Amino acid sequence: MNHWIIAPVVLPAILAPLIVLFMRHDLVLQRVFSLAGTGALCGVAAVLLVTAGSAPPEAYFLGNWPAPFGIVLVLDRLAALMVALTAFLALMVQLYVIGTDWDTRGQHFHALFQFQLMGICGAFLTGDAFNLFVFFEVLLIASYGLMIHGGGRVRLRSGVQYVAYNLLGSTLFLFALATIYSVTGTLNMADLAVKVAALPEGDAALVRVAGVLLLMVFAIKGALVPFQFWLPGTYALAPGPVAALFAVMTKVGAYAVIRVFSLIFPSGTAATAGLFADLLLPAALVTLALGAVGVLGAASLGRLAAFGAIASMGTLFTAISGFRPETTAAALFYLVHSTLATAVLFLVADLVTDRRHDDALSRPRPPIAQEGLIAALFFAGCIAMAGMPPLSGFLGKLQILDAMRGRGMAVVWATILGTSLVMIVGFARAGSLLFWKSHETLSESEPHRPESLGFVAVGGLLAGLVALTLAAGPLSGQFASIADELHARTPYIEANALPERQP
Amino acid sequence: MEVLVASAVGILTAAGIYLILRLRTFPVIVGLALLSYAVNVFIFASGRLAVGLPPVLSKAAQGYTDPLTQALVLTAIVISFGMTAVIVMLALGAFLESGSDRIDTDDEGEA
Repeated sequence: MNHWIIAPVVLPAILAPLIVLFMRHDLVLQRVFSLAGTGALCGVAAVLLVTAGSAPPEAYFLGNWPAPFGIVLVLDRLAALMVALTAFLALMVQLYVIGTDWDTRGQHFHALFQFQLMGICGAFLTGDAFNLFVFFEVLLIASYGLMIHGGGRVRLRSGVQYVAYNLLGSTLFLFALATIYSVTGTLNMADLAVKVAALPEGDAALVRVAGVLLLMVFAIKGALVPFQFWLPGTYALAPGPVAALFAVMTKVGAYAVIRVFSLIFPSGTAATAGLFADLLLPAALVTLALGAVGVLGAASLGRLAAFGAIASMGTLFTAISGFRPETTAAALFYLVHSTLATAVLFLVADLVTDRRHDDALSRPRPPIAQEGLIAALFFAGCIAMAGMPPLSGFLGKLQILDAMRGRGMAVVWATILGTSLVMIVGFARAGSLLFWKSHETLSESEPHRPESLGFVAVGGLLAGLVALTLAAGPLSGQFASIADELHARTPYIEANALPERQP
Repeated sequence: MEVLVASAVGILTAAGIYLILRLRTFPVIVGLALLSYAVNVFIFASGRLAVGLPPVLSKAAQGYTDPLTQALVLTAIVISFGMTAVIVMLALGAFLESGSDRIDTDDEGEA
């Protein structure tokens, strides 16, 4: 067995308690170890990416228990890609946190950060539906701590709403899992894929219910209409770098939809034929429209970025709802892009908020320190988010438009193109209010201490976007083969080495 | 017995959802707790109901009840306990900071 597979889960899981127990009082030590841990995670993710790229999916049997009975982690190319994306984003966010001293505003930032990484990486790697629930809880409980980091009345109160909403989601997840278990008698994803395909006709209704419940749970995570209410308040009020890290948390929902509905309920399944695509597509289009309108009407910079995130999830789910290899490939490209773009926007929003001491977009304010540079970064982030050339958002949207040819194409194209326009107007309004009109008011730019590391982090994320744009050709080929692997299903199932069953 | 278990799950869920839709944090937390009880019973029942049978195989036993759901429910109980503790502390913190236990207030208007 390849023991590197479990490293992304074990590494933060060991590091986080060490930070809490032994480094509580020494911030420098915390920073060094946490940064080293995230750096090592990047290295492991790179190794996994190379391993998975050249071999069929590989399973890691915890405790060497055979597949449907024990717990398995499965490394395939999609999981490796998501872990690598998480590691890169985490490294940049951590640089930003250290550069801007966010970790001094409350306690245990680095420990919670590592626990969050453990949950996210685990959710991407697990091959067992119940363990997916457990890792969701791990990443959520860390995110509760991170979200209220730094405290304050408003943040605490919206934290309660966030936790309550997600606890409701967890309960729903358990209902779905129990229903699935009662029908199939297994929770191993590969085993489920085999069993659901061979289900007697009388059980079809139960499986449909369970599938829709699962879709609802993932929609809560991915902030899909009508389950998006928690996102704007949470992301706008969470600390900037935490919101940037959360950019990958919504993608956990998208990942889970891709994984579960390509592996367990592929579009050919008799019991659920077409059901999920029919539900997902309208919801995704409404999400996209709502996000775009939210961008246009946002009264604060945090909300602007949050609605941008909702719109990007709408675009992403539109592509996912195709459930064909070519639409999945386009979705993966856009997934990587939108994670980076959302993170850039949240970090820039934090840079502005930090200098202005609030982030209202209602009236022009005095210019801020290093305004030119921040304005340029904001401009780049908005271009990426709205999907304008030359950055990869444009290529991503183009691929999605291309892949969504066919039935209902007119509605999809009109929505994606129309919302892009609305978002451009919204971002332009915000940008001119933030940076151009600021010069019409009295100039009293207060000096701000230099925080070059913060700019390095934002620049690193932008460099990721530029790299994604420049290497779009070869990378699209890679994403296409990932999508093919997902829809072929057999290699993933074979990796689990399920025992032959007598009927 | 099936009717009893099914109606227990149903009533707990209904009561839980009703309480979650209230405006103050305490009923919401109690509602979440009720909902997690409901889901625990539901998971337990998803392994089929059996009376007086051991959960693991033994040579003397006539049959056995599904041990996996018991393991699942144990995990679910532990997690929901932890989460309830988190949200209680958080709600308490929010109450002490803002002097109000309403859960629905729009934060933008009063910031």
